[in-house]
Amino acid sequence: MSGLDDSDAPADTAPRRDAGQAAATIRVNGRPHPWLPGLTVAVLLAELDPAAGPVAVECNRRVVRRAEHAATALEPGDEIELVRLVGGG
Amino acid sequence: MTEPDPAVQDPHPAAAALRLGAFTFQSRLFLGTGKYPDYPTMAKALEISGTECVTVAVRRIPADETPGARFLDYIDRDRYTLLPNTAGCFDAEAAIRTARLAREMLETDLLKLEVLGDKRTLLPDPVDTLRATEILVAEGFTVLVYTSDDVVQARRLQEAGATSVMPAGSPIGSGQGILNPQNIGMIIEELTVPVIVDAGVGTASDVAFTMELGAAGVLLNTAVASAREPLRMARAMRDACSAGRDAFFAGRIPRRRFASASSPEEGVVGVGA
Repeated sequence: MSGLDDSDAPADTAPRRDAGQAAATIRVNGRPHPWLPGLTVAVLLAELDPAAGPVAVECNRRVVRRAEHAATALEPGDEIELVRLVGGG
Repeated sequence: MTEPDPAVQDPHPAAAALRLGAFTFQSRLFLGTGKYPDYPTMAKALEISGTECVTVAVRRIPADETPGARFLDYIDRDRYTLLPNTAGCFDAEAAIRTARLAREMLETDLLKLEVLGDKRTLLPDPVDTLRATEILVAEGFTVLVYTSDDVVQARRLQEAGATSVMPAGSPIGSGQGILNPQNIGMIIEELTVPVIVDAGVGTASDVAFTMELGAAGVLLNTAVASAREPLRMARAMRDACSAGRDAFFAGRIPRRRFASASSPEEGVVGVGA
């Protein structure tokens, strides 16, 4: 999984650059991630391409069901949790 | 499994399956999947142990995760029921969010609920554990809830609708065995739901002892995963679990202060007339 760069961009606090081109971000697992118009959960997953078997997605503390991934549009500032299963007791 | 002996066959309660909500297990041993030296060793240990239900944890996908051998590739989902846990959650909210994410991933209502009090002891937070149990039961989860060996708290968790109450024998990963068999025994006698002792097992005798107390099952992880020979310990745990179960039903003899000869006292050579 890649594409979690730009972590230093002060996008949340400082509106700058040209109109319509503010570096809007969401957060994925606590780290900033670029937001572009049209971003949905399904698009985000395709971008990140987690090679981890079953995954689950939470947006702003609510689970986004698999069937709703394509229809769930993301907005700048959204907090995404992206999880999978690991070994544990 | 025990030998095919009519004394321990089907009608006997010792051979009865364990029912947890919609799930039925022949093996009463539950194994964790963490801390093994490698995935193949884990897979083999699970197989040897005879377990039918293994715990898994829910974690964030790291940004730098490289594609490679995947944990789940080593777990045969036709053979094992996955029991997701909320390990690492220190309040009810985190545990509830984790539970919902696990249900989304596995499409199962089965859950091992764990709400911990602090990182040093990993002992459960009783207030948030009870609160999370109430909420998750209302949401339809089959809640197997980790708790301390507090008898009253165990009863409260049963009243809150837990499918199984899982008292710790001793702190998670400590290997100290069953520190308070009095309380564990009282919990087993007091509750009507299955009591599965979870955490603290150090070696096979701890499992046998727990089952001899009448526990419905035992859940362990570190004792196998971190043993010098995990596969041999997995077999020891399997045997201890069924030995302890048999011994519980067979019935321990009363303890007495003085000896009671096993051989006839009459007819000893050179004694009497």
